[in-house]
Amino acid sequence: MRPGNQARPVTATSPELEAIKNLKQIGREEFILPGTSLCGGCGGLESLRLAAKVLGPKTVFVNAAGCFTLTTVFPYTPFKGSWLYTTMAGAAAGAQGVRDAIDVLIARGKLPPEDDVEVVVVAGDGSTYDMALSATSGAIFRGLDFWYFCYDNESYGNTGVQMSSATPFGARTTTTPVSPTTREGTEHGKKDLFEIWRAHRPAYLATVSPRYPVDLTNKFLKAKRLRGPKLFLSHAPCPTGWLYDPERTAEYARLAVETGIFALKEAVNGVVSHTHVPKRRRRVEEYLRGQGRYRHLFEPTLNEDALGRIQEQVDHYWERAG
Amino acid sequence: MNDKRRLLTGNAAAAWGARLADVDYVPAFPITPQTEIIELLAQWTNEGAMEGRFVTMDSEHSMFSAAGAAAAAGARVFTATSSQGLLYGFEMLYNIAGWRVPLVAVNVSRGLSSPITLEADHNDILSARDSGFLQIHTETCQEIVDSILMAYRLAEHRDVKLPVLVNLDGFTLSFTREPVELPRFEKVAEFLPTYEPDHAFIRGDRPMAQGTVVLGGSVYSYFRYQVHRAQERALDVYTEVADAFEELFGRRYGLVERFRMEDADYVLVMSNAFATKGKAAVLRARERGIKAGLLRLRVLRPFPRADILSALSGRKAVAIIDQNLAPGLGGITFQEIAAALYGAGGGTPVISVIGGLGGKDISEGEFEAVFQDLERAASGETVVSPRLLFTESEQQRVQKLLAIAGKDLAQ
Repeated sequence: MRPGNQARPVTATSPELEAIKNLKQIGREEFILPGTSLCGGCGGLESLRLAAKVLGPKTVFVNAAGCFTLTTVFPYTPFKGSWLYTTMAGAAAGAQGVRDAIDVLIARGKLPPEDDVEVVVVAGDGSTYDMALSATSGAIFRGLDFWYFCYDNESYGNTGVQMSSATPFGARTTTTPVSPTTREGTEHGKKDLFEIWRAHRPAYLATVSPRYPVDLTNKFLKAKRLRGPKLFLSHAPCPTGWLYDPERTAEYARLAVETGIFALKEAVNGVVSHTHVPKRRRRVEEYLRGQGRYRHLFEPTLNEDALGRIQEQVDHYWERAG
Repeated sequence: MNDKRRLLTGNAAAAWGARLADVDYVPAFPITPQTEIIELLAQWTNEGAMEGRFVTMDSEHSMFSAAGAAAAAGARVFTATSSQGLLYGFEMLYNIAGWRVPLVAVNVSRGLSSPITLEADHNDILSARDSGFLQIHTETCQEIVDSILMAYRLAEHRDVKLPVLVNLDGFTLSFTREPVELPRFEKVAEFLPTYEPDHAFIRGDRPMAQGTVVLGGSVYSYFRYQVHRAQERALDVYTEVADAFEELFGRRYGLVERFRMEDADYVLVMSNAFATKGKAAVLRARERGIKAGLLRLRVLRPFPRADILSALSGRKAVAIIDQNLAPGLGGITFQEIAAALYGAGGGTPVISVIGGLGGKDISEGEFEAVFQDLERAASGETVVSPRLLFTESEQQRVQKLLAIAGKDLAQ
C-alpha cells in the first residue's frame, strides 16, 4: 500500500534531486518536443516543458479537457512519455485509476517495478478551479501519489477566453465584457485555489512561473522526493487570451512576480514559505498596462478605483505574508 | 471438489462475479440499491480474500474515470452503480468505450428521478445503449455470477475489446436470495485466464498516447465505426464464449432466452427479473388454452437481430413489454424489435406495452389484458399501443394521495 499524504523522508534523496543554483544546471534533453498546435508564446507549455525535464521520460500525462488537449492530435504526440486524455472534470480521478492500476499490477507481479511511471495531471484553470475541484479534492484527500500541473491562463482559454473562477478582477473576457454596468469586466476576484488546496495538507504544493526556471526546477526536484499529492499552479501568460504580442510572454511572467501579483511560494505539509520575495514591488500598472484584457482600465480614461483596488489587494497580500 | 451452492442476493452474486474473475481493481461509490456489492468487495479486499485493490471515489464520474483509466493502464477492472449514478458518470461511458478498454460494470436498475424512487425500471441502463458498452441483462442470481464471468471473456477478446454493462434489477433481484452455484477458482481461471493487454497499457518501457484528439469527421467516423464493427463481431464471439462456458459449467446462456416458444402463437417479450412474472403468466395462459410463450432479451448490445427475428417470425401476435418509457415515443425495446421485424416479411402484429415503471407490479390481470390485446390484434382489430399498464386499485391509491395533496387526478 502506498501511504497517505506523508512526506517521504528527505534522507532518501539522491544527488540528482539536489537543488540547482543556475540555469546551466537544467538538463538539455527535452521530453516535450516542439511542433504542437498550441499557440505561440504559451506560458503554460513553457512551464510544463521545464517540469518535464525533472519528471523524465517515464511519465504519463493525464490530460483534462482544455488547451493542452491539442498537444496530442492523432497520430502525433509531443510527449516522450505516455498520455491519456480523460475529461474536464475527471483528470485527477483518471490519475487515481492509473496510479492504482500500476501499483496493483506491480504488487501482483504483472508489471516489472522498473516500468513504473510518474502520474501527472495536466489541466487548465477552467477545469482545475471549477469543474474538477471535487475530483481533485478527492484525490488529495485519498493521499494519492501523483502530480498535478495546472496551467493557469486565467480563463476558459481553449473555448475562446471566457471567465473562469481564476479570472482576476478587472480582466475582460468574452463573457465578462466591459459595458456601462460592468466597467471592470470581471467583477469577481480570483478564487484562492492555493489556500483551498493547502487546507487539504497535500505533501507538496507550489506556484511556479515559466520566467523563473531555477525556482520551478527546484520545486519539482523537491517534490520528487515526496510521496503523496504534489500540486503545482503555474502562472501561464496567454497572448491569445490576454491580448499581447507572443514575444512578450516572458516579460509579463516576470512583471507578474515583480509587481507581487503572482507570488512564488510553496507549502510542504501545509506550511507556506515564499521562495522569491520581490525586494521592491513594482506598481501593478506595469503588469496590467499593455495587456488588452486590461485596456479598459486605462482607456479612454484611467479607472483609478479599479487600479487602486488591485494595488491594495497586492499590498495587503504581502503585508500578511510578512 | 464440487462447485459450492449458496443462498445469495443478487448483489452478493455480483460481488462474487468480480471476486471469481480475480479483478485487479475496484473503484467504487455507494448508491442504493447497489451498495451491498461494494460493501462486500471492500470487505474481501481488506481481509485479503481478494488481491485486487478497492478505492472509494468521490462521485460516479470519478469512479468511471478511475475505472476506465485503470483499464487503460492494463488492469482488469470491476465497478458497479445504479440509476442516478450511471447518469452522473455518463460522460465517461462513451470515453471508456472509445478507449476500447474491456472493463465490466454492473448496473442495478432503478427508476430515474424525478420523481425520486428506489425500485427498478430500465431507463437508466437503456440510456447507455448507444455508448459502445455491451449489455447483458439478467433474470436470476445465478445468471449474474455467470454473466460477469462471461462478460470479462467477451470484453477482453481480441476481436471485441469493449466494456460490458451487466444489468440486474434493484430490489426484485438485488435483494432477493436465490441458490447460486459458485464455480471453483481453478475452473474459473481455466475459463478466464489472466488478462494480458496488448493494446491498452501504461508502462515506462513502452510509452503510448491514448484517447487522443482527432481532427475531422472522417477520422472520427473511422473510430466510431470500429466500435460498431467490434459489437457486430461480439455476436459471434458471444457464441464461442457461451459454448466454452457451457462445456465447463454446464449452464447455457443464449443471446436471448426462449420460454415455451416451441409452439407459441402469442409471445411476450420481456427482460430482467420481471421476465419471471412473464413466464408465470405464460404458464397461466397455457392453462387457459392460450398457446403462449416468452422471449427474454438477454444480450441487448450487440443487438441480436437474427435471434429475435427467428424467434418472433410466424407468430400470431407479439407484445413487447418495456419496463421503461421514452415519453413521446413509447417503449424503447419495442422500437428496436419493430425495426428488426420491419421488412422481414410475415406481418405479425406487434404491440407495445409499458409496465413495471419504478418497480410497479405487473399483476395477473394486467398480463391477461395483454393476452386479450394480442388475440384482438391477431384477429385484425386495432389495439392501443403503447398500452400503459395501470390497475384500478392503483388508480384509487394514487387518487387518495392526490386528494391529500389537494389535487385532482389528471387524465
